[in-house]
Amino acid sequence: MSDDLDGFRTRTRAWLETNCPTEMRIPMASEKEACWGGREFTFQSDAQRLWLERMGQKGWTAPDWPVEYGGGGLNREQLKILNQELARINARPALISFGISMLGPALLKYGNEEQKHRFLPPIVRGEIRWAQGYSEPNAGSDLANLQAPAVDMGDHYLLNGSKIWTSYGDYGDWMFCLVRTDPDVPKHSGISFMLFDMKTPGITVRPIKLISGRSPFCEVFFEDVRIPKAQQVGELNKGWGIAKYLLTHEREMISWAGLSSAGSDPLGETAINVIGGNDGKLDDSILRADIARFEADEMAFALTIERIRDEVKAGVSLGAVSSWFKYFGTELNKQRYDLMMDIHGNDALAWTGEASNDGKLARDWLRTKGNSIEGGTSEIQLNIVAKHILGLPG
Amino acid sequence: MMALVINEEQTMLRDAARDFLNNRAPVSHHRQLRDSGEEPGFSRDLWAEMVEMGWASIIIPEEFGGLDYGYTGLGLVLEESGRTLTPSPLISTALLGTSALILSGNQQLCEQWLPQIASGEKLVSLAFEESSQHRPSTVETGAEPEGKAYCLNGSKIAVMDGGCADAFIVSVRTRRGEDPCEGISMFLVPADSEGLSTKTTKLLDNHRACDLQLKNVMVGRHQLLGSLHGGCDILRQTLDRGRIGMAAEMLGIAIETFERTMQYLKERKQFGVPIGSFQALQHRAAVLFGEIELCKSVVLKALQAIDENSDQLPLLASLAKAKCGQTAKLATAEGIQMHGGIGMTDAFEIGFFIKRWRALNQQLGDSRFHLDRFARLKGY
Repeated sequence: MSDDLDGFRTRTRAWLETNCPTEMRIPMASEKEACWGGREFTFQSDAQRLWLERMGQKGWTAPDWPVEYGGGGLNREQLKILNQELARINARPALISFGISMLGPALLKYGNEEQKHRFLPPIVRGEIRWAQGYSEPNAGSDLANLQAPAVDMGDHYLLNGSKIWTSYGDYGDWMFCLVRTDPDVPKHSGISFMLFDMKTPGITVRPIKLISGRSPFCEVFFEDVRIPKAQQVGELNKGWGIAKYLLTHEREMISWAGLSSAGSDPLGETAINVIGGNDGKLDDSILRADIARFEADEMAFALTIERIRDEVKAGVSLGAVSSWFKYFGTELNKQRYDLMMDIHGNDALAWTGEASNDGKLARDWLRTKGNSIEGGTSEIQLNIVAKHILGLPG
Repeated sequence: MMALVINEEQTMLRDAARDFLNNRAPVSHHRQLRDSGEEPGFSRDLWAEMVEMGWASIIIPEEFGGLDYGYTGLGLVLEESGRTLTPSPLISTALLGTSALILSGNQQLCEQWLPQIASGEKLVSLAFEESSQHRPSTVETGAEPEGKAYCLNGSKIAVMDGGCADAFIVSVRTRRGEDPCEGISMFLVPADSEGLSTKTTKLLDNHRACDLQLKNVMVGRHQLLGSLHGGCDILRQTLDRGRIGMAAEMLGIAIETFERTMQYLKERKQFGVPIGSFQALQHRAAVLFGEIELCKSVVLKALQAIDENSDQLPLLASLAKAKCGQTAKLATAEGIQMHGGIGMTDAFEIGFFIKRWRALNQQLGDSRFHLDRFARLKGY
């Protein structure tokens, strides 16, 4: 067993050595350099294109998906090794994709064979970029209150209404979407899960400008949009179950993301470099205490993820703990950026100009304020913990 | 690297400890001891039973009559004893005194004392503190060489279970230099040594601590732990082991108060509904749940770090002590607040936990001390 794994590590290392372009072994300067794939995507370099093609070909953009759907077919141990080897050479992610992190797991669980074969391989290869259609103007925390009606027209559904907070909706090729297929039953029981091409006639996308000055989210309007019946996933009116499953993945992704940024920039070290120290101690005792509290929590959180992962491996089910991960991971990320702003002081205030990379820090800081809102607010996560883990009433 | 879960042997040890403590020494045992005023603050009969179960020797190597189960095992027992608030010399002797001896590398002392600790015949306490704040490198107690012996003079405070100890492991200054850590030596001093006296204080958690007076106490060179002037390392490593064990006990306190409080939130009705249905309480409960999850991971990692002799041990010891100190503080305070008026009464057990937390948080460095050390170890 461990011989097999050693062999896998050797082969993986050799393959990466040959196939990961040198330019892809330098950390990204900004998220603008990320590779999202999709029909409209313009590669910033040959290296970026090659890296995606090669990883996609190998199925390693979705390393633990079954080979028959284009995935890498790796088991947990192999996946861990692959991630370690990628980290070892500082490899950039070949592809960042909602298709992989969100839709894929749901399709694998709820999709029929035809749907899996049709939709999963293009996700792995980064050919189709997916957008999420969940929230509506009157369905935020109360997501199950969503109203966008999809009416059965015999051979297709006809969709109207609108969605909001669709991440990068203006770049999405296809959308996975929660729609109302039965308005006359309790709200959770009349929701279905559908997929459609964003080029379908009747769809309008409008970006929303945020306090950061950026527009990572969009509003999407539907006017008599035709959705073929083959593009409805799972049982009709049982979409809420899929939605919950998918939200769990989203929560985990958001909290893992908070954590991966943790590895990048040790705050205490940054602070002593920027502000200066006295006898090895940061020259601002209260900031130092704030940073220490933060870093202690950050380390404790990393260990908790390690422990829960090991428990899952040993057969314990994850359950609602992912809600707490989402809550704590995003709260930590907000704290991290608050502290980064404190550390960089006046320099952190810049909004434009080359020196500040167009106010990157200030804008990133503002962006993090949404972390504890998107994918279910902190308050909703705490409700879930109270109800499903602690068993508190009502 | 070990998986961050406990193994089968450790699970059995924990379950046995839980059964034993629930049956033989629940919180009512602590109350009864307190009310009776029995010295030395724990039941010697109960300790004999714990010894029988091997708890005095969990970390003692087999060659000295121990079980050699490792610190993770002892930590699990301490966590359980935190849940029942069971007083015993587990921390003072089975963890601190024993660790110092094991770390000393002094074969003769280990052969003499460890088997007797394992068999429950002897108790050995660590005497290192000289000021009300935790300052282990502030050592004024002196040791002057006299022939092949040393003459000790000075005093120590806050010696856990010192009043009933058969010997003390004492930090003394044998050399003065720029670095206060340098020039500290550690001696084992039998309690019946001439010139040694103790004065015991009952603490808020009904544990006992003593002031130790040393007046021209003579100790032989063979009673030195580790090297002359180089005792700081043994002291620091011993303290780190103690800190992690105390973090484990605080984790037990946090878990127990939390579980009791959740139960109460489901039972207690006001305005015609269980108070646990109020979101103001639910969110605080959920936050506390998470803090306890963090502590579980940190404590287990720190215990494993001792058993693996990891170079992360000092950092993890401070992380565990700081984090569990903060979390048990929150858990015990929320426990009282959420119980309302009855939480303030002596008749109800929930208020006992905050007293034990206060002592555990203070001893061997409070959360602030350890956050400061955490930052220092991380280079800022």
